[in-house]
Amino acid sequence: MPAIIGKKIGMTRYFTADGKNIPVTVIQAGPCVVTQVKTSETDGYAAVQLGFEELAARNSSMPVIGHDAKAGSDPLRVHREVRCASDDEAKGFELGQRIDASCLDGIKFVDVVGTSKGKGFTGTMVRWNFKGLCASHGTERKHRSPGSIGSHGTDRGHGAKIKKGKKMAGHLGDERVTVRCLDVVSIDADKNIILVKGAVPGASNGYLFIRASNRLYKRKARIQAGK
Amino acid sequence: MNRSKIIEDVVASQVKPEGTMPQLKVGDTLDVHYKIIEGDKERVQIFQGVLIAQKGRGINKMITVRRIVANEGVERIFPLNSPRVEKVDVLRRAEVRRAKLYYLRDRQGKSRRLREDREGSKAKA
Repeated sequence: MPAIIGKKIGMTRYFTADGKNIPVTVIQAGPCVVTQVKTSETDGYAAVQLGFEELAARNSSMPVIGHDAKAGSDPLRVHREVRCASDDEAKGFELGQRIDASCLDGIKFVDVVGTSKGKGFTGTMVRWNFKGLCASHGTERKHRSPGSIGSHGTDRGHGAKIKKGKKMAGHLGDERVTVRCLDVVSIDADKNIILVKGAVPGASNGYLFIRASNRLYKRKARIQAGK
Repeated sequence: MNRSKIIEDVVASQVKPEGTMPQLKVGDTLDVHYKIIEGDKERVQIFQGVLIAQKGRGINKMITVRRIVANEGVERIFPLNSPRVEKVDVLRRAEVRRAKLYYLRDRQGKSRRLREDREGSKAKA
């Protein structure tokens, strides 16, 4: 169950010894506290709940303060749950245990879950990559319009309403996004800093959930197997 | 600790320490010793030209070097902190009045030359 909660710090570059220039994201990963251990007897499944980033009690709420106090910790800002394969694995963790970036030691690829940047209300060209209408040929004031959204009256499986899930203008971004199989460039367990290759969702200072990839892209699976 | 400080610390070991690189100024004529990997062999190529622009700081420091090859202008941008940049030699300093010498791109023949800064007086003043 190698997983941890972190915070996006920002991006920079990293040179390998042979001069390759790698774009990296700097992530403050941990330290996390085990705030709850779930087993099939108590909760019906096995999992571990982690908490990250202490905050002043006045900025927290009574339920959170009480919950984290059970683990002997100050109230924490972010909580995430990690499923465990078995009860035994979950029982290997105890309340209040500290988890730092070293839990990712030896891992080559990670998935990073974050909240993407909110883009507000956007049209179909931005949100769904529609092409819009013609620039000329008599098009007037409709250059970025989505075009027809289908008939209301036809009965092609949707009856007298617009088909559900029809791609239209609306809110874009500010949602949970996972990027899979990012290369881990380096792990500094003392400072709890990890570098991953490439970009991760959301703005700097956003909270991230980092876990070892369990489903690799083909090319990366080959690298993993060949190690 | 603020974010930019954390990032600086992360890459601090990769930034070449002060003193290993000469103080560069726009207008300098440079020899950039650049390592090239061909298959499994490695050799050093020297790119000689005029430093026409510097940008970035810390690990992101980049220099743009312009030279004329077979009557054709060639510009290369080097990341100064890359391990591939082995060494930079300053051959000549010039007296220039701009931070970016992009106007050299439009110059031909004699007007392409820069006035040499013999005393280094501008640099000191």
